[in-house]
Amino acid sequence: MPVQSFKVNGGHVDVEAPDDMALLWVLRDKLGITGPKYGCGINVCKACTCHVDGKAVTACSTRVMDVRGRQVTTIEGLANGSTLHPVQQAWMNLDVPQCGFCQPGQIMAAVDLLRRTRNPTDADIDAIENVCRCGTYGRVREAIKAAAAMMG
Amino acid sequence: MEHPESGAGPTPAPSHDEPPGMRRRDLLGYAASAPLISAAAGLGGLAAPSSARAAILPMTPPDTTDLIDIGDAVTVTALPTMPLVKVSNLANGRVRLELPRFESGQGIATAAAMMLADKLGLPLNAIEVGSADASPELMFNQLTGGSSSVRSLHAGMPLIGGLATGSANAVVGQRVTRLDALDIVTGRKKFTLDQAVPDAKPTMVCRPPTINGQFVRINNTTAVMGMPGVLGIAPIPATNGIVPTPPGVAVMAETFGQAWAAVNALDVTWTAGAVAGESNASIQQQLKSALLPFLLPPLGALTVEGEFEFAAVSHCPMETECAIADVRADRAEIWSGLQSPIVTQQAVAADLGLPLDKVKVHAVPSGGSFGRRLFWDATLQAVQVSKALGRPCRLMYHRTDDMRHGRVRPPMFHRARATMLLGQVISFEQRIAGVRLDTRHGFGEMLGAAAIALPNGFPQTVGNFAIEQVMFKTMVASPYNFGVTTKLLTPVAMDINTCSYRSVHIQPSRLVEEILVDEMARALRKDPVAFRLEYLRLPRARAVLKAVAEAAQWGKAMPAGFAQGVGVHQESKSFTACIVEIDARVPTDLKVTRATIAIDVGTPINPSGIEAQMQGGLCESISIVLTAGLHIQNGLPLEGSYSQYHFARMKNYPKDVKVIIMPPSSGEAIGGLGEVGLSASSGAIANAYARATGKKPRSFPLNFPVDFTPIPPGKLPTPVVVPVPA
Repeated sequence: MPVQSFKVNGGHVDVEAPDDMALLWVLRDKLGITGPKYGCGINVCKACTCHVDGKAVTACSTRVMDVRGRQVTTIEGLANGSTLHPVQQAWMNLDVPQCGFCQPGQIMAAVDLLRRTRNPTDADIDAIENVCRCGTYGRVREAIKAAAAMMG
Repeated sequence: MEHPESGAGPTPAPSHDEPPGMRRRDLLGYAASAPLISAAAGLGGLAAPSSARAAILPMTPPDTTDLIDIGDAVTVTALPTMPLVKVSNLANGRVRLELPRFESGQGIATAAAMMLADKLGLPLNAIEVGSADASPELMFNQLTGGSSSVRSLHAGMPLIGGLATGSANAVVGQRVTRLDALDIVTGRKKFTLDQAVPDAKPTMVCRPPTINGQFVRINNTTAVMGMPGVLGIAPIPATNGIVPTPPGVAVMAETFGQAWAAVNALDVTWTAGAVAGESNASIQQQLKSALLPFLLPPLGALTVEGEFEFAAVSHCPMETECAIADVRADRAEIWSGLQSPIVTQQAVAADLGLPLDKVKVHAVPSGGSFGRRLFWDATLQAVQVSKALGRPCRLMYHRTDDMRHGRVRPPMFHRARATMLLGQVISFEQRIAGVRLDTRHGFGEMLGAAAIALPNGFPQTVGNFAIEQVMFKTMVASPYNFGVTTKLLTPVAMDINTCSYRSVHIQPSRLVEEILVDEMARALRKDPVAFRLEYLRLPRARAVLKAVAEAAQWGKAMPAGFAQGVGVHQESKSFTACIVEIDARVPTDLKVTRATIAIDVGTPINPSGIEAQMQGGLCESISIVLTAGLHIQNGLPLEGSYSQYHFARMKNYPKDVKVIIMPPSSGEAIGGLGEVGLSASSGAIANAYARATGKKPRSFPLNFPVDFTPIPPGKLPTPVVVPVPA
């Protein structure tokens, strides 16, 4: 079986996996990195959102062969040690989560949005498709704006 | 006197000796507060009003829920074992509570910690809350449902964790962040499938093409066993336990992706399920024909009435059904999201022939539940797979199976009629037929569950019928004084997998009533808010309505295609009102643009959590009123993912939402919260739609096209590959 080599949250990994295996299963089932969640498997709910070289992808719909040699960041790798990323801090300040299952994906999507747009408009935020069944959307919106302000 | 034009029945000529503007409270001065049926029995004379008619107009008798509701029942039965709830002293002066309720996002763990902190005189950060394993000694005190958790724990707090040493309300009432928020935002919170259980291998299940089709044979075992990563294939046997084990063929593999591929490669022969010939239309037709008649004849009076259809809806928690089971010859261990852990433990022990104390059940806080995890379907299957394959099993439903083969809120049909006489509402009757609600979880114990369960394979039993009726009677109530008020439920036996859904019968029942309240007001040419203020039974209900009417500027001018809508609700000793604004210019793309919600829970524990529940309730109402429903067709829901089942996304949630928490009401019992946020917002949305479009809302969800290509029955979707950005 081929060995897939890439970085996860700053560390190098070599993992045996077929080329076309979804990154989500490599992370969760082979590497034990459980922050990215399964919610649909077909790039719909976005609960597995991670970053590849800083850009958002849905791990359920990303082949592991496509991240070889690249830097994968999951929710576990977002904070700088015990210092939260401003988006995580905004999430805490506004008490955004309810059940919490979609929130790693929501946060990774928000960080990606703020990378692309320093001051996102409501329309930019509306374009986030991550499903939250608990209905935290209003707080997610507020937290993105608060994080944008924090990040200047 | 003007004759309102929108009533369904002929309007009697007013009599000359009674001023048309006579106030209801005048009439009520004559009224007798009699039990419902005897009051109704004396109503024959209403058809021919006489000079004595005022004397026979009945006042609405106290509703069942005014006397006892489901939360009271849980509180009373839970109290005796509250001293057994585990509280332990940790190092550094910290205290740990093993919460005998199930946290799935509602915020009950945080609320419980706040109450305990105050009792012990500790800061909140000195309290940690775990999720209690199934603890049979907590008889009737480890079931989560009915918005009763904080109510029952509040009542039981004097009995939990020894003597009180603190002073009240240092923490309670403060706005605090969820206890698990830091774990959530850093990805450290461990849900069921995140648990580190060595060698528990990913398992997915091949399902029949129709609901509850039964397994006959696998036609290509060898080929599938040879697929990459596949470790084992196991048809799941139909056990004869409290609830049937859902039919399927499990595939265990090294990764979920490989299990998924193998499931789609399986060639399995199935029988057709018992409802293979049924579709939404035929189900609704059967429900309609099962409705009980109204008590009162039309009386020749002004009436407002309607028939309402509700498609099945999916709980669709973000975390699909899942469980880990490690079954050995002499013991078993389970990890799963469980609202009813004790009966789960009892059922697993019975299935495996093990003593109860050899089955350890960990109730793992879940990614949403909304009632779905009252049952333990995934656990039943994981147990059978682990037993058959001789190794621990990590079983997960694909989203498609969670929507198609998981449990649903029953499809329902309602008929309701309000009768008005001389400008006054004198009766409101509602008849409901629904596919029978599976209540075989009982009250969380084998004792109740066994009585409901047998014999297996039958979709309805006397016990199940009784429990559903008890739930209906102790939950569904009217906040209004509408004279003769009757609400009767007819469950219809059909082999569809159902389960209580957040607020159970309340949201559809109250939505229907709130819609007809607006139509009554229109028939009587009254403003919807003023009309409600006139007829609401209780001051706290009027207070929340006044609060939203003022904050939302009720009655302000709106452009064409836009409208406000209002709803009021009481449930679980809490009161709430909601006013929304809707943009209905594009009837197929309805947008709720603003919402104002007032909530009175008696004693607020955590304002942030209260607002979160109301915001979540609003989001759920937007979804199930406007767009989210299941098309059952030939015995299977067509919807198989969030791209097809249209639960609200960010763009569907209004940008202007205000939640008003009413100040603590002295002397009032603490109210429930988890399910309370649905009904007023649902009513407000439907009424705004009616006012904006001129159409009567009658079929839910309102926008319900099949706007997708269904995944083939019996199959999972094909995985998607998206290119990685450069």
